[in-house]
Parts: sequence; C-alpha cells; structure tokens
Amino acid sequence: MIKVDSLTKKYGGFTAVDDVCFTARPGRVTGFLGPNGAGKSTTMRIMVGLTPATSGIAEVSGRRFADLPNPGLEVGVLLDASAQHAGRTGREILTIAARTMGLSTRRVDEMLERVSLTPEESGRRVRNYSLGMRQRLGIATALLGEPEVLILDEPANGLDPAGIRWMRDLLRGYADQGGTVLLSSHLLHEIEVIADDLVVIGQGRIVAQGTKAELLASAGTLVRTSDVPTLARALVDADLDFVESAATAGADALRVEADPELVGQVAQRAGVALAELRAADGAGLEEMFLELTAETQREGAAA
Amino acid sequence: MTATTVETLEPEAVRAARPAPTRIPMSRIMGVELRKSFDTRSGFWLMASIGILAVIATSATILFAPDDELTYESFATAIGFPMAVLLPIIAALSVTSEWSQRTGLTSFTLVPHRGRVIVAKLGVTIGVGVVSMLVAAAIGALGNVVGTAITGTDTVWNVSVAELAYIILASVLGMLVGFTLGVLMRSSAAAVVGYFVYGFALPPLSMMLAASQDWWDRLQPWVDFYYAQGSLYEGQVSGTEWAHLGVAGLIWLVVPLTIGLWSVLRSEVK
Ligand SMILES: Nc1ncnc2c1ncn2[C@@H]1O[C@H](COP(=O)(O)OP(=O)(O)O)[C@@H](O)[C@H]1O
Ligand SMILES: [Mg+2]
Repeated sequence: MIKVDSLTKKYGGFTAVDDVCFTARPGRVTGFLGPNGAGKSTTMRIMVGLTPATSGIAEVSGRRFADLPNPGLEVGVLLDASAQHAGRTGREILTIAARTMGLSTRRVDEMLERVSLTPEESGRRVRNYSLGMRQRLGIATALLGEPEVLILDEPANGLDPAGIRWMRDLLRGYADQGGTVLLSSHLLHEIEVIADDLVVIGQGRIVAQGTKAELLASAGTLVRTSDVPTLARALVDADLDFVESAATAGADALRVEADPELVGQVAQRAGVALAELRAADGAGLEEMFLELTAETQREGAAA
Repeated sequence: MTATTVETLEPEAVRAARPAPTRIPMSRIMGVELRKSFDTRSGFWLMASIGILAVIATSATILFAPDDELTYESFATAIGFPMAVLLPIIAALSVTSEWSQRTGLTSFTLVPHRGRVIVAKLGVTIGVGVVSMLVAAAIGALGNVVGTAITGTDTVWNVSVAELAYIILASVLGMLVGFTLGVLMRSSAAAVVGYFVYGFALPPLSMMLAASQDWWDRLQPWVDFYYAQGSLYEGQVSGTEWAHLGVAGLIWLVVPLTIGLWSVLRSEVK
C-alpha cells in the first residue's frame, strides 16, 4: 500500500507537485498518468526519499520510506533504468543490490532468468545495453527482494511490443498475488490496458482519479454527423452538455453527457442524419488527457 | 484443476511468510562499497595503478638514482609522489561517482540514510589508503633489496616503523581531503581539480606569502593543512605540531565535511 497525502514540492516559485493525494492499494495496479513534466517522477522520487517534499507525507506500507529497515525487501523501485554505472555488468549491478539487501547470489540468477537476460547479456557492460535491456535489468533489481510494493517510473519506455506485453503480464500477476503496483506513464493507451486504478496528474495537480471502470464509464456518448451545427443547436435546446470530440480525425464528432438513446432521440427530432452513435468508451478520459497534453505544449511554446 | 492452480500460485506468492526485515548492518554497506570500488574497469585499473605506479617508481629509482643514494628512503620518496596524487582521487571518485554516474538513485533507495553510505565510504577509503600504502612500502622494500643487490652496495633501511606510520597517516589525510572535496562538490571533475589546487597550486603560493608576510608566516602552520603535514614526513612530530595538524585539520576536513554531509542529506538525488 502506498499513501500520498497533501504532497507539495516547490522549486523556488515553481510548484512541480501541488497538493497531491492518492492511495495505491494492494492487489491492484495503479496507473499514474500525466503528460511530460506533470510531476510524476518528482512525486515518485519524494516517495522513496530521493527528493525532499516541501510539505505533505508519503508512506509506503504504513511507514515513511526512510523508516524501512531494509527498503529493498519491502519496496521495489525503478526510477530511471539508465541511472547505472555504464562500466558495470548487468549481473554485477544485481549482485550489488542483492548484497546490500543481504540476499544470496542465487537470487540474482533467478531474477536474470525472470527478466530474460541471458548469461551472455548479463555479463556485458550496461554501456552496451539497449534501453529495453536496461528496463529489464531495472525491473529485475526492483523484484530482487520480493517486495510487496513496486514503484516504477515509465517502465515501458524502450520496451518493444513483446516486452510491453511481458511486463503487463508480470505486473498483473504481481498484483493478483496481493502486491501493490504503482507505475507511471505519459501514454494513456499504455496504461489503460494494465491499470485497475488511475491517477491522472497535470501540471502538478491531480485532475482525476478512480477505478479505470469509473473513469471510462463517465464518458457519455460519442456522436458523429456531417451536420454538426444543427445537432449542436438541438443539444443546446435539449439542455444537454457536450464538447467537440477529438476522438475522430475530423471535426465531425461531439461527445455528449447523456446516454446514446437520448442523444439519438434528440438527433431524430432535429432531423440530423448520424454517421455514428455509440457509448464513448474512454473518450472522456482521452479528451481530458489530450487537453492536458495540449496545455502543456502551449505553455512550452509560450515559454 | 483447483489444486494445480494453487500450486502454481504459491511458490510465486509475493508475500511468502518470512522474518521481518532487520536494519542493514554497517559492515554490509562497507562490504558493498568496497566491492563497488573494484567492479568497474575504470575502478579496477585505478586500484591496480597503485601497485603499477609503485613498481614503476621503484624501477625508476633503481635505474636512475646514484648508487650511494640507493636507500629505502629514496624508494619511499619516489613511491610517495604518485600515491599522493592517486589516493585522493580514488577517495573523491568513490563519492562523486554516485552523482556523476547516477548510481545514487539505487544506492540511496536501498540504503535511505545517506549518512550511513557516506560513512561506509569513508571507512573503506581509509582502509584502501592504509592497505595501498603498505603494499607500496612492501614494493619499495623489495626494490631496495633487488636494487642494492644489483649495484652490490649495502642495503640501507633508513625509514623506521614510526616514520612509515607517519607517512601513511599523511597519505590518509591527503585522501580525506580528496574525500571531503568529493562530498562537497559531488562532481568528479570539480573534486579532482579542487584537489590539484589544494595539493599543487596553493602550497607554493602559501610559501611565497609566508616569505614576504610576517603575519602569514606565523599563521601558516595553523591554517595551511598541507604545510602542517610536512612535519609527518620529518619522522617526529612535536606537541605543537600535532596541535597545528589538529587545527588545520579542523579547518580543512571537519568543517567542510560537516557542511558537505549536511548538504548531501538535504539535496535531491536525480
Ligand atoms: N530540480 C528542479 N528544479 C526546477 N524544476 C524542476 C526540478 N525538477 C523537476 N522540475 C520541474 O518539475 C516538473 C515536473 O517534473 P517531473 O516530475 O520530472 O515530470 P514528469 O515525470 O511527470 O514528466 C517539470 O516541469 C520539471 O521541469
Ligand atoms: Mg518523468
């Protein structure tokens, strides 16, 4: 279990993490989603004590990270797979971690096998690893101490599709056995397929959180027509909230806060021919996320 | 069917019963830190160069020193110079690599008390320093025996055990300056440059100033750590000279190391 309460981190006048609260529960994969620069890595660094918080608390398994007597046995951490001495071999990096935790080197072999690094590969220096291999090594380090909690920052970066599939299965299995998994990503689709719960962050603030089912259910209806202005007028008359949808490539879709049947009736009364009418699975989340991303990019362009 | 499912799940269970984790002992952190100073190619060669440079300095002494100066002191002096450069750099890099190579991300999450990691590194550094000096002294002794056998002159052992101990102490103090600079700067390049300024640029300036300025001449032994260590190479150290070492050491080691440690504990590791 991971608990974050009113966590704030300021860098001078800039607030990178702003009053963030959430809980990652045992038996579930919690996805920490946000565009680049949203504050995911900063939040995770604070959790493991690498960055001091300006205010607020972060607890892992009911304790501050620094109060864990041998953290590697309780929390598996992967923050940046490239943050390794380039001149060490993969096996040596695992061996150092295992020794620090007080584990036998047999565990190192087990983990190398678990993440599919061959003896030949694990004997190579990390300088010559691909990002995907580094991620596997990082995951091996995180799993080494059989922790109950995993904290992984963008672990799918650099993995090929088969690797992503492999990691998804691995984390799923981990949560199914009662483990707590928190993983971050800046890609909605990547996290959608694996997470049970979602915490969405933008510009340091939590903008949505809940189970994936909840967040996807509140998406309303997606409706597509060649006559958007007429339909829009009819929806206004019917007192229904709607937004332009980014779910399709063209500007021909709306997302309406109502169920498909009602939207269909409104369209019929207005005499608008529909090209598509369906429950907008995740379209709400996707739009919110696109908006967040666009905002960040606008700010980046302005800066 | 059910039985199979249970069986396949159990060995992998995340929370298999196990004793509650206990605090990582200091000895283990030191063991890991020692291993980390050897397990990269650069680290290994840095360590190996202690022996290699001692052999080169010894050979050079045999080849180039006049026969009548082929004494153990000549060997000790010749070996002392590369050690004075190498050991402080080893000490500084043991700290700075956590930042320059970003291994600190792992080190400081596996041991979340950074002070313990730094203290372990300090212990390992001192150990490496003493052992290196003993190895270098042994290589020099071998050179003395072989060299005088070649020239057919008497083998002269004109460095006492006490003198050797003082020299080792001086080397360790030099290492500690390197270590302190590492903690303070947390950058390999800055720490190495800092050490060269301390060890090679400041001493002549200090000497020049002392020659012309009376007030500095009187102050120098108390504040110039490099100068204060000179007495350790003279074979005996008086009470006043120990006081010089203590005060200068306070200024050059204790205070900056405290500040460095304080800032390491507060800094962000990323
Ligand atoms: N040391 C720092 N000083 C100033 N700003 C920082 C510092 N570290 C991170 N930031 C800023 O904090 C924000 C959050 O960064 P980060 O947590 O890395 O985002 P994410 O991981 O979600 O991409 C970014 O705008 C970043 O530029
Ligand atoms: Mg990040």
